[in-house]
Amino acid sequence: MARVLIRNLNKFYDDFHAVKDVNLEIRDKEFVVLVGPSGCGKTTTLRMVAGLESIGSGQILIGDTVVNELPPMDRDIAMVFQNYALYPHMSVYDNMAFGLKMRRVDRGEIRKRVHEAADILGIRDYLGRKPRQLSGGQRQRVALGRAIVRHPQVFLFDEPLSNLDAKLRVQMRVELKKLHNRLNTTAVYVTHDQVEAMTLGDRVVVMRGGIVQQVGEPLELYNRPANRFVAGFIGSPAMNFASVHVTNGTGGLRAGNTGLAIDVPAEISSRLAPYAGRDVIMGVRPEDLEVANGGDPPGLCFEALVEVVERLGAESLLDLQVGEQTMVASVEPNIRAKRGDRLRFALRPERLHFFDTKSEAAI
Amino acid sequence: MAISEAVGQRAFAQAPRRGWATRLLEDERWLAVSLLLPTVVLLGLFIAYPFVQGVLLAITDTKVGIPGRFVGVQNFIALWYDSIFRTAVWNTFVYTAVATVFKLALGLWLALLLNRHFKGKAFTRAFILLPFIIPTVLSTFAWKWMFDPTFSVINWTLFQLGLIHGRINWLGDPDLALISVIIVNVWRGVPFFAISLLAGLQTINPELQEAAAIDGARAWQRFWHVTWPLLLPVTMVVMLFSIIQTFADFQLVYVLTGGGPANATQLFATYAYQIGVGTGLLSEGAAVSLAMFPFLLFVVVVQLLYIRRVEVH
Amino acid sequence: MIEGAKWRRWAYFYIPLGGFIFWLLFPFYWMLVTSVRPDRELYRPWMAPNYTPFWTAHPTLVHIIDLLTETLFTRWMLNTLFIAILSTVISLFCGVLAGYALSRLKFPFAGSLGTGIFITYLVPQTLLFIPLADIIRNFQLGDTPWALILTYPTFLIPFCTWLLMGYFKAIPRELEECARIDGATRWKAMTYIIIPIAVPGILSAGIFAFTLSWNEFIYALVFLSSAQQKTVSVGVTSELVRGDVFYWGQLMAGALLGSIPVAVIYSFFVEHYVAGLTGSVKG
Repeated sequence: MARVLIRNLNKFYDDFHAVKDVNLEIRDKEFVVLVGPSGCGKTTTLRMVAGLESIGSGQILIGDTVVNELPPMDRDIAMVFQNYALYPHMSVYDNMAFGLKMRRVDRGEIRKRVHEAADILGIRDYLGRKPRQLSGGQRQRVALGRAIVRHPQVFLFDEPLSNLDAKLRVQMRVELKKLHNRLNTTAVYVTHDQVEAMTLGDRVVVMRGGIVQQVGEPLELYNRPANRFVAGFIGSPAMNFASVHVTNGTGGLRAGNTGLAIDVPAEISSRLAPYAGRDVIMGVRPEDLEVANGGDPPGLCFEALVEVVERLGAESLLDLQVGEQTMVASVEPNIRAKRGDRLRFALRPERLHFFDTKSEAAI
Repeated sequence: MAISEAVGQRAFAQAPRRGWATRLLEDERWLAVSLLLPTVVLLGLFIAYPFVQGVLLAITDTKVGIPGRFVGVQNFIALWYDSIFRTAVWNTFVYTAVATVFKLALGLWLALLLNRHFKGKAFTRAFILLPFIIPTVLSTFAWKWMFDPTFSVINWTLFQLGLIHGRINWLGDPDLALISVIIVNVWRGVPFFAISLLAGLQTINPELQEAAAIDGARAWQRFWHVTWPLLLPVTMVVMLFSIIQTFADFQLVYVLTGGGPANATQLFATYAYQIGVGTGLLSEGAAVSLAMFPFLLFVVVVQLLYIRRVEVH
Repeated sequence: MIEGAKWRRWAYFYIPLGGFIFWLLFPFYWMLVTSVRPDRELYRPWMAPNYTPFWTAHPTLVHIIDLLTETLFTRWMLNTLFIAILSTVISLFCGVLAGYALSRLKFPFAGSLGTGIFITYLVPQTLLFIPLADIIRNFQLGDTPWALILTYPTFLIPFCTWLLMGYFKAIPRELEECARIDGATRWKAMTYIIIPIAVPGILSAGIFAFTLSWNEFIYALVFLSSAQQKTVSVGVTSELVRGDVFYWGQLMAGALLGSIPVAVIYSFFVEHYVAGLTGSVKG
């Protein structure tokens, strides 16, 4: 059972509390992504799992063994680095064989495994070359191959695609996913790119300031973010936020500010009721803003001034001025709009999010 | 697929047992200790220990074969009143100061010359370093031969050119001897300065010079305001090494003049040798050697402070 | 940037450069000429007529032959070679390990130790030679090559350490981390990965160390007494002067031949030597 269990993990750098009480269970064969902005502690956590950083307090278990005191070489893990970390003075073959040589695997077995991994990754022709003769994508494959041949319990990835150009990144993402399906090994993947997180992860862990914000399957994070940070981090373009005042109106709760005023849908009323008379943060994703047609309930519509139109082909992004705030809407490409137009937008009740102003937790 | 099967079937293996030595060396601190041990032992044994011994020697009155008694600072006081010592101190400072100034100026000039592109540049650069590479004693002998009062080729050339009418006793004339020694020291040191400063020059972005030229700065101004400040860090380091080596110099003077004539070229090192090894007065010789220490310490401290300041920036 | 008239180029560039080159290289030419000049031409006073100092019409190998057969010169060369090679090996060994520790490991007092080693480099041999002579005698190493083989590292190690620290620092730490995850101990990661990558630096340090050993004088002068043990520098200085007479022909031949090993190594590894020199200065 190659699960990874992280219990009450903490890490201090002098006075700086980099990782704060992280608890995580990564199940056997699961692909878990740690995502967050730089400095959020995701890389530090990964490095503690790898044994490259000492643990402040807490426990890390790989399988059933507490690995706190074990050096990296004894943890039966493999890691793929952002800069590939290929040994420049060795050929690709030797790079891949190094780990096995260290474990005194016999030569025949080494050759078998290296060729096997090379075939999977399509790098069989490069085995004799040195890393400096390879392109970025090829080097990344070699780094993957080096990890695969070891048949480790757990794969660790430290932003492996960050150094590739955009097109290559998309391509490698798909390949990584296929690779994981094929190898069926537990994997912990760190990235700052939420697209990678959403596409690769069985489950995604969002971190910020050393604290785990939310753990869940990608769609769950998208549909039901636990707090404002996760809501704004996941999804691109980012979710629109507006500070609104909740009032008790004749027909029910109303939420509004200078730019818009809406009727709070029935499903949310009960949760929002305690906030009557106070401000809350309302969030709505750009893709959930639709240009209103006649059939939308007026209580859920608002007007906006189009400032900038960005036509991307598959969609158009409209920069809007709504009262005193700006919002972004992602609309169908055939919507005709130009700068200066006043458009009416409709909100769908099930696509609204509300967050407490102080704690930023989802309401 | 072979790989996923292998992973799936294998139960989690126990971490291998490691010997205590392996485990010890895995710890960063213990590994550092063992890696540094040979160095610390060697340096401790042959630098720190002799240094302490030197201090002890200097405060006793040991002679060869005769252990000494504690005499406090008597040796140093005796040196203070020793006119030869005072001459040696004066000579050493003059020697160091003049030689360093010339080495810096000429080295800089040469570096600026070498900083262009010309045919045979790599070749030239390689040959330029020869005075620095070739063992000092051996090349100094060549100079001694060139300075020889009877057979000097320099004298011959100057005579042929009509510049002199009698011979110049480069090494035998008390007024000239120090100058001659300085000439050889400068000859030896210019390549070191030149190549180091050249490396420093090559890290300076040429666009800075070009911008200054467009701004109307003349060559001299460009140098003083753009090049020189950027070259300062390298210059300081080079000068540090050079000053210390020159101040403690022995080989050159030993071969050329042995300290004479009439102590005109006597330096700390040669005087210490003469007293300590020549006449066997170990304590007094050690005292002369140690007298170098305050100045050297001063130079090192100034240098370290400068480096710290540069690093902070 | 010297634009403009050609004469300016000559005045400001070619002539000064030529002057420098002539001044720096002439003594070696003089060494060469003197070594092959027969005695009767050597000892002509400089004001004598028909004096052609800059070349000789009758070059002879007699000085070189006499040097090799009648003196202990070959023995001195072998001594110096032996001492230089062993000192270099010891210093590289210590320097590589110390450089690695100081640049890639975290441990208490790392900074002070680094500074300490740097400072020992600045303690000149002329400060220590008197007490050190005593210590050498007490260890019963006097008049043996071991006196030098063990003391030369005192000025070679700090330099090698400092130089190699620069090279080690440039190697990304991910390489080591990856090796350790791959299954290597810290020691193996150092020896299989880091050190092979630093080979150019090790080469530079080694060449520099060899040159510095060959050049050392005062320790060799003070610690060695019998003629068979001497190094080239000391031997040429003390044994080729009999009475008050300088045998200049042999002396210059000795100086020339004694410079050859260093010059040869230098010529093969110029780039490495210069890299070592500038690396230590740019630190």
